[in-house]
Amino acid sequence: MLAAAIGLGATWLTLTRGVAFGTLTIGGWTAWPKTGSVDIDPYARATIARTGELPVGTGDGVAFYARADDSGNDLDGRCSFTISGLTPAGRYWTLTLYDANGQLVANSMDRHGFTSAEILRGQDGRFAVNVAPHARPGNWLPSGGIERFVLVWRLYDTPIGVAMRTTKEGPMPAITRKGCS
Amino acid sequence: MIRLLLWILGAVLLGGIVHLSTVLVMPQAATQDAYSRLLPVTPVNAMVPLAPPTAGSAVMPFMDPAFAAAVCRYDLASGPIKLTAPLSQSYTSVTFYTRTSVAYYAINDRAAGRKAIELDLMTADQHAQVPEEEDVTAADRLIIESPTKTGLIVLRALAAEPGLMAMARRAIAAAQCRTEPLR
Repeated sequence: MLAAAIGLGATWLTLTRGVAFGTLTIGGWTAWPKTGSVDIDPYARATIARTGELPVGTGDGVAFYARADDSGNDLDGRCSFTISGLTPAGRYWTLTLYDANGQLVANSMDRHGFTSAEILRGQDGRFAVNVAPHARPGNWLPSGGIERFVLVWRLYDTPIGVAMRTTKEGPMPAITRKGCS
Repeated sequence: MIRLLLWILGAVLLGGIVHLSTVLVMPQAATQDAYSRLLPVTPVNAMVPLAPPTAGSAVMPFMDPAFAAAVCRYDLASGPIKLTAPLSQSYTSVTFYTRTSVAYYAINDRAAGRKAIELDLMTADQHAQVPEEEDVTAADRLIIESPTKTGLIVLRALAAEPGLMAMARRAIAAAQCRTEPLR
């Protein structure tokens, strides 16, 4: 009984927390580049089998997930956050906001994310995305006021994940909490 | 006292075995994995567009809403598959997944180089039957070996702005995936 409890408990914990080997963490962002290849580890395989998602293939791109900001605060839809800075090399990127189960969040603007082609940038190429429950000027990404959200940054046609070994090379945009209502 | 400790040690060891075996069995036992989710909405060996993800309803979790996507659920039992996908004007990619969602091959428009992505998908056994001269003469013929008999081919075309989504959908609608007998 105890054995079964320990075993199943450990499985449940590892699969829901997203434990996998070969993680690449930059600030609040985490990617599992091997998940998009045949070198995928058993934990990642079990995780995607449970959630039902299809990972981004290594020849296609790499996906970074954020569940907390750079200081470790949970991404709470009732708070506002800014995502700003520069992005690593890649032909295109997309930024998408999901609920904890990977579903898009309803909002009046029908806005679920941005692509690198449509985002408004400053003259120096930098940009800032405002994630907030209520309308903001500039690049507003509505969070719908849900309790927990997940941000996914996908880089397409990028050398990252294939060649990158250290976390120093990738300038990922910083996620900062601005305040809660 | 020692006896109790031994019992606990035994339980932890057995728990470790239970944990590892459940993790390993999970991909085969999952009933809500991507393949199972796509089963009711995709015919076998045909490329069909997927409904775009909307708030609260998506075929799979974590779909990128900036992309138009089409899926070919393949079964190589009746022969190899030929995939032709004309390129859209923006970023286009094709990813191959096994029955258990392992991405074993992915190619994008730039790597494909021409106006269309053309690939032959077959099992290792079927590849072995392809006459050798044909393999050499058709040097530009790209052959992919599938590690499993069944799986998924996912074609994705980027709509860099929401206004370009209609164009991306048109581009993927022209893609084809069909069985082709071995010559």
